[in-house]
Amino acid sequence: MNKNQEELFILISGRSTRQGTSMNESKFSKEYLEETGVVQICPEDMTRLGLTAGDLVCIRSEQRSIEIPCVAAKEKELPSGLLFMAYGDWSSRLMGSDTHGTGMPNSKGTDVYLSKVCAIKKD
Amino acid sequence: MQNELKVVSNATCTFCGCVCDDIELTVEGNHITKAKNACVLGKAWFLNHEAGEGPVARIRGKEATVEEAVEEAARILVDAKFPIIYGLSDTTCEAQRVTVAIADWVGASIDTTTSVCHGPSGMAFQGVGEITCSLGEVRNRADLVIFWGSNPAESHPRHWGRYSTMPKGLFVPNGRKDRTVVLVDVRRTKSAPAADIFLQIKPRKDFEVLWMLRALVKGLTINEADLIDTGVTLEQLQNLVDRMKACKFGVLFFGMGLSMTRGKHLNVEAALALARDLNAFTRFYANPMRGHGNVTGADNVVSWQTGYPFGVNLGRGYPRFNPGEFTTTDTLARKEADAAMIIASDPMGNFSQAAREHLASIPFIALDTKETSTTRAAAVAFTTATYGINVPGTVYRMDDVPIPLRPAFESPYPSDEKILRALEKKVLHLLQAKLQASN
Amino acid sequence: MAITRIKGGKIYDPTNGINGEVRDIWIKDGKIIAPPIEADILPEKVIDATGRIIMPGGVDMHCHIAGPKVNLARKMRPEDKRYAPHVSRTALTRSGTIGSVPSTFATGYLYAGLGYTTAFDAAVPPLSARHAHEELQDTPIIDKGFYLLMGNNHYALEQIAKKDNEKLKSFTAWLLESAKGYAIKLVNPGGVEVWKSGGANISEIDQDIGHFNCTPRQIIQGLSQTAMDIGLPHAVHIHCNNLGIPGNWRTTQATMDALEGRRAHLTHIQFHSYGGEPDDQGKFCSKVQELADFVNSHPEVTVDVGQVLFGETTSMTGDGPLGYYLHKVTGKKWTSADTEMEAGCGIVPMVYKEKSFVNALQWAIGLEWYLLVKDPWQIAMSTDHPNGGSFLAYPEIIQLLMDRTYRQEILKRVHPRVLERSCLKDLDREYTLNEIAIITRAGPARMLGLKNKGHLGIGADGDVTIYNESSNILAMFELPYMVIKYGKVVVEKSEIRLQVPGNTLHVSPSFDSGLVGGIRKWFESYYTIQFENYPVTDEYLSGGGTMIPCNKK
Repeated sequence: MNKNQEELFILISGRSTRQGTSMNESKFSKEYLEETGVVQICPEDMTRLGLTAGDLVCIRSEQRSIEIPCVAAKEKELPSGLLFMAYGDWSSRLMGSDTHGTGMPNSKGTDVYLSKVCAIKKD
Repeated sequence: MQNELKVVSNATCTFCGCVCDDIELTVEGNHITKAKNACVLGKAWFLNHEAGEGPVARIRGKEATVEEAVEEAARILVDAKFPIIYGLSDTTCEAQRVTVAIADWVGASIDTTTSVCHGPSGMAFQGVGEITCSLGEVRNRADLVIFWGSNPAESHPRHWGRYSTMPKGLFVPNGRKDRTVVLVDVRRTKSAPAADIFLQIKPRKDFEVLWMLRALVKGLTINEADLIDTGVTLEQLQNLVDRMKACKFGVLFFGMGLSMTRGKHLNVEAALALARDLNAFTRFYANPMRGHGNVTGADNVVSWQTGYPFGVNLGRGYPRFNPGEFTTTDTLARKEADAAMIIASDPMGNFSQAAREHLASIPFIALDTKETSTTRAAAVAFTTATYGINVPGTVYRMDDVPIPLRPAFESPYPSDEKILRALEKKVLHLLQAKLQASN
Repeated sequence: MAITRIKGGKIYDPTNGINGEVRDIWIKDGKIIAPPIEADILPEKVIDATGRIIMPGGVDMHCHIAGPKVNLARKMRPEDKRYAPHVSRTALTRSGTIGSVPSTFATGYLYAGLGYTTAFDAAVPPLSARHAHEELQDTPIIDKGFYLLMGNNHYALEQIAKKDNEKLKSFTAWLLESAKGYAIKLVNPGGVEVWKSGGANISEIDQDIGHFNCTPRQIIQGLSQTAMDIGLPHAVHIHCNNLGIPGNWRTTQATMDALEGRRAHLTHIQFHSYGGEPDDQGKFCSKVQELADFVNSHPEVTVDVGQVLFGETTSMTGDGPLGYYLHKVTGKKWTSADTEMEAGCGIVPMVYKEKSFVNALQWAIGLEWYLLVKDPWQIAMSTDHPNGGSFLAYPEIIQLLMDRTYRQEILKRVHPRVLERSCLKDLDREYTLNEIAIITRAGPARMLGLKNKGHLGIGADGDVTIYNESSNILAMFELPYMVIKYGKVVVEKSEIRLQVPGNTLHVSPSFDSGLVGGIRKWFESYYTIQFENYPVTDEYLSGGGTMIPCNKK
């Protein structure tokens, strides 16, 4: 992927054990910030996009962009075309505020664009 | 403080909706050093709870007396035109009840973390009804257990072991061997290896697949072509339907995978309708995997006091309910709230940007046991003692079973309930004064 | 030592044989006292009830107002409340919603507003007792309690099958004490367990319920005997098998015979009095006379009616399979919740229509019961709120009972076939005020064994309702002039004047603590909470609670 290209992915946010345990210490703890401040990409997509663990990527939703390091998901856990982030500040920033009359914004299975560099101003 | 050693048996963990009440805590002074039976999340919950530091009360970041802070908090609520109150999932029912009272007196909107968790499930339930059971029914009878859009290995680690797949039960004498476990999710999560059948569904296809299962249950014809882009095959679905019809007791546990994705309450309606339809053939149930410790309690308290479960407004002097209108993401993102009280939750850390920005711009009160982005931005912040660790009270498990808390050690901080009672008193006092002034 | 004197009212106190006499009532420290002999003892408060009618505070002995099933119904039906009247907050009182399942504060205020000062929720699973208590704490003014579901309790079924009466008695006592409940409730005994374990139901009382090797007959006999042996103030409270099914009068008759002379209360008996056949709606008819004949010759059996009223409401019952049946019949949304080892429940929105033959006959059957039972002390008013209708309809029922012209008017409007299937048109009886006082307060209090309720004799709780005498019966009973609770004015001119918490009434029967080990062993094998976390402690009791003593033989 060249640095200005964007590719459509589906973002899944969810609980992870480490997010759950570190939350108890503090939401400002190193562990919590680390766990909720990365995006998981499946190994095949990582290779295809020329990414290595720790590279910063830009994820853009309709509302916002964030710049965040990536890591490879465990083998076979994440299918191609999906991204995973542990719930937290960063995953929530990508969330819209439209709740479609339900009180709940879409926060799983949302369309996002992944690129190597943030084309627009990021949060 | 002397480091007295004591053991608290039958203690209740309130980290997740499992609300395990068989924890044995070893307490040394004001530290819990062991939490026997607790899972990794529960251990972190108990062992990481320190006595805390810093003042009980702060006004705009500066230390204040509790009286001053309560006065300021009451003034914020009483002077507001559209105050909102949110959170409540991580506190006792006793505290929740006082909170709804305060909302009533000031005519606030009252909403709980349900609205961003299983609120859509609550809406689906209002449309279709639900066929549910307590977890002990699953333990004693279930021979088919399905998890849909839920990753219990990481969100509810003891669910399988204590309630749903492993335990031996009255009519399930061989425990796990007598059960078939099915997992349906978009990712092959850490829960997958322990399932007998894993169906990897494509994102945003849950409604379609559930609806097709309903059709198959009713004997309608589905073509393979209808299943393109769902990630599952007709054979897989027919196999699942055959198992569901043939089981003695089936249960579908569903999580955020249904309520948080496109369709939301419609996804859950499909699941609830499927479970209901299957009762023509066997006993079948659909239960939500509730998240935080006492979010179920919050639902119950708000429901019995107002008649509605969440997203309630009391501004006209009586309860009105409308998800999307009175739910907190909306009243914040649309900039309608002009004051807020946030209890035991962290919207500044996990709401949408628009909601966070607006919350930061209005005066709000925060009660929490730890420092969070929300308490840092609050006009009035109270540090309170932790329920289940320092504070006794009542909580409700994910299946509506009420359970008492057994605290481990006392905290120098007051409980949520104590602060809220003082706040209620002050609010009533200010309202009385306002009324007299206008007469 | 505040003394209140209510002077000049016309008293209806059937327990003490007072039928319309003008007398004063004196209340001190919440209790009725004899009028002081000393002339210098002056009351702090004098209420002038001249020209008004006075009755003891109403006692509702069967309604669904607190606990998991009630709350599920509230959550499930926002549409039921959206356009209904609501309860607005005042400086003193909380807001609420009404519809067919009012919120808790509204429930307390509305009951008090109608002149009721005591009400019992009819069906709570012990595992959720804590929940019911929390809701009762938020149900102000009235004294209250609940009955414990036992008719499908696994431990009870086991002891019944083994005929181990000692263990059954101890378990029952332990259970009531642990849950702080009031009485034993049987709902479709054995039938809910059959439903939970495979989706079927009981069709007659000698049917084996499968795994547990006993029959509904044995459950009925075992627990009615237990209630007597451990001296519970209230008899076993029975919702018979086959509720709502045409032809079910035979099940009811069989249940009555199975009692073999033991004390029992058969609840919402209207729903259990149907002739005809399950698959032929055309044959549906009333069998009240046959069943009332039994009640009339068995003073040890009491009933409450479960009157149906036309309009929309919500059915909610511990009878799980009944919920499914109603869902299939009506097509409306259905909620069912099973509780491990103990119980089930079903909730379905209901509509009763004047022009529906079945509904109109149900309405008529309820009224037949009131008019065919000879001794009003054996029959209590109820709608099985909200199943037959709301408790707010009690004044309308009073009007139907006291005014036969009104009954006939409605009979002219309903489905015409009712006239041939029910004898209601020929029943001329009109209830007197004395009889109304019996079926709405004195009788229920006596059935419940509440010695200090339902009457105005010395020592009774100072719960008094003052009505404006009127030929408009409905208006009279809908809007009492004043309601007094433990001697304090709580309602005046339809406004709440004082918010008191009300007391939770419960029993604490003694039991052989040596047998608790066996209960614990069973509990720990099957439940999913800790044994130590099951019992409810005293701080959950509203107003501090009042323990009503048992009379163990």
